[in-house]
Amino acid sequence: MSKALPANLEQIEVNLKKLTNQRTRSSLLGIAILILVFFSGTLVSLEANAGSFGRGIANFFNYPRDLFIDTFEMGWKYWPRVVKYIPELITTLNIALFSTSIGFVLAVIFAIFSSRNLIRNKRVIQFTKFFMDVTRSFPTLIIAMVFLYLMGKSSLPAVIAITIHTAGALGKLFTEAIENCDGKPIEGLSSVGATWTQKIRFSVLPQVLPLFLSYGILRLEINVRESTILGFVGAGGIGEMLAALIQWNYGADVLACMFLLVGTIIALDYLSAYWRHNLIGVNQ
Amino acid sequence: MSSSLAIERDNIRKLFPDTFNQARKSRIKGQIIFFLILIYLIIGFFTLDVVDIPKKWKPQNAAMFVLDTYAHKDHVTMKWENPDDIKIAFEGNYRSVYGRDNLDKSIPEWFYKNSDNIGNVIEFNNEGKAILYKDRVEIVNFPKYERNFTIKLNTNSKPYVVGSEDLAKDDLKGFRITENRVEFRPTLHERVQVYPKKVEIHRYSIGWKYFWFDFSSPLEPYSFFEALGLTFSKERVVPEMSNLKLFLTEIKDNEAFMHGRVWWAMLETIVMAVLGTMFATVMALPLSFLAAYNVTPIKALRFTLRRLFDTLRGIDFLIWSLIFLRAFGPGPFTGIFAIGFTDTGTLGKLYSEAIENTEKKQQEGVQSTGASKFLQHRFGIIPQILPIFVSQSLYYLESNTRGAVIIGAMGAGGIGLQFLGALGTGNDFENVAYMAILVLAVVIFMDRLSAWLRRILIGTDQLIVR
Repeated sequence: MSKALPANLEQIEVNLKKLTNQRTRSSLLGIAILILVFFSGTLVSLEANAGSFGRGIANFFNYPRDLFIDTFEMGWKYWPRVVKYIPELITTLNIALFSTSIGFVLAVIFAIFSSRNLIRNKRVIQFTKFFMDVTRSFPTLIIAMVFLYLMGKSSLPAVIAITIHTAGALGKLFTEAIENCDGKPIEGLSSVGATWTQKIRFSVLPQVLPLFLSYGILRLEINVRESTILGFVGAGGIGEMLAALIQWNYGADVLACMFLLVGTIIALDYLSAYWRHNLIGVNQ
Repeated sequence: MSSSLAIERDNIRKLFPDTFNQARKSRIKGQIIFFLILIYLIIGFFTLDVVDIPKKWKPQNAAMFVLDTYAHKDHVTMKWENPDDIKIAFEGNYRSVYGRDNLDKSIPEWFYKNSDNIGNVIEFNNEGKAILYKDRVEIVNFPKYERNFTIKLNTNSKPYVVGSEDLAKDDLKGFRITENRVEFRPTLHERVQVYPKKVEIHRYSIGWKYFWFDFSSPLEPYSFFEALGLTFSKERVVPEMSNLKLFLTEIKDNEAFMHGRVWWAMLETIVMAVLGTMFATVMALPLSFLAAYNVTPIKALRFTLRRLFDTLRGIDFLIWSLIFLRAFGPGPFTGIFAIGFTDTGTLGKLYSEAIENTEKKQQEGVQSTGASKFLQHRFGIIPQILPIFVSQSLYYLESNTRGAVIIGAMGAGGIGLQFLGALGTGNDFENVAYMAILVLAVVIFMDRLSAWLRRILIGTDQLIVR
């Protein structure tokens, strides 16, 4: 035994060295790839960009400065302007809230049909998962623009687009939540002869509902941003107003809209962190 | 048996009255919340005009849109004043006229040019035929139609269907007759229009024609694989360049699908997402250390950085991209910086939280060997948080790809802008579909790539949050 030890140690030493070398090599390789990606990306950007990089950096503060100067010149008359855009903001929030609610319900249905512990049929699971992948991967903007083209300008395309995306995105998270939930309550209910719906209602739902709500609130925050962006391409709300104001070059009004937006998003950020904290006891 | 159960239940109820009351209370609370949500949904239904969907939804428009995404059409045009000159053009484009140079060779096989008394025949895919004469158009052999039709011009040179007075409305199904136009469209795939000045026939076929090589390309007669095979042959298709070069340039410069431009735009979008995420990671890394209480003792600095993260995140990438668009003009830099700035806020917050949640013991262990503060962080904290950092950054890479498409559409260029342009023309829906599929493929690819990288780098493809 004591004789074998040094040989063993030697072997360990050799292995350690090998491992260290391997790690160093793969780290270096990773760094080299990153640098390569960085430089080729920069080359593409320089080639494709209309203005030069240097001039862009120099001009960076011009636009914000112009906006602030415009605002400053207005003086106290400015605040009624800010208030003027609140109805637009409410439209945007309404789009987000409504489509998040509908998307939430759809996502719950999708999630039930794509969870391995609730559905035995593999085909159904695969199909639902694929369907969710597709709905999740389309940027909302693309769906919204197609519907805007087909239905004319209104808020509906935004509602449809955000609902579709939300259903896919939440559905995936919900599926993970359901699949990770404790199986024992389900077994318990099976043992007393509960039906499939009863099992979901009394064993799965109580476990996952707080998590679902938490994800839903997080999604609501994201969807407020999304609905603003969709407004930008013509779906109404504060986004559309902002796009028009930028085109007309009304600096003070642009800044008013931006303030409203940033204020709302930051407020929602805190509010959602608070709610989620209450729901599941942690921030994430 | 049941009575004893009831007694048991009553006993339990008496023993734990709070528990039962609480359950009832929370149930009522849940019901109230449920009804509030229901009321909101009803209000939302009306304020957002969801009830108007049937009114706004124009099935004809949608059907045309979908048709054009998977089918292409050829136009056959005949002017009444010169019936011998029949033009056959792909999608009605004046630059893609069949048989312009060599009439016999390249007119499509569904068109039969005949002498005057037989008439020129256009055969549709459903075996129905439209026959063009000098003074009339005959529609024959359409399935589900019992009779043939003849469309003529009257003395005021207005088109009319011969004998239409005697026909029932049901027999004229598929016709739309107005004063200056007779249109026959039995299904979406065949369309015959007769005007006072001309006849225009649209013949639809399924598929994306000229996807690889456009109408005027020398490689057009060959299929993709035939052309690929040609690149290995010695005989040049055109004398100026080698077959391989021709093959590549013809695909790149395809006028119908614009592969070169679309792929370049896609590359721009990917560059925006990748470099934006890299920029954010590089910025957030040191800042997050400075914002974590177990690394930085200065409270004011931590507070400032936390608010900085909130602001960067709160000013959505929409607004960032507007500001950068003014500075850099359209191009990837706008996207890179917009994504980079927003995500510096997001990642900074997540990273600093991860640092604060690290195990103390490892750091203490390093400290016990007398290591400096820097070495303590290097060997006590970084090994713990590195997987989280990598996981978070890669996770954001996928959503940033979608973000980059959106920033592009708002003016920064890339595939978003190309998509907007194709949709705006109002008839290039096959390009719209092509780009939508491309975006979908790239987003799914980035999703898989980031999951794969997470798996090989940190052993799990789930997002790690601590």
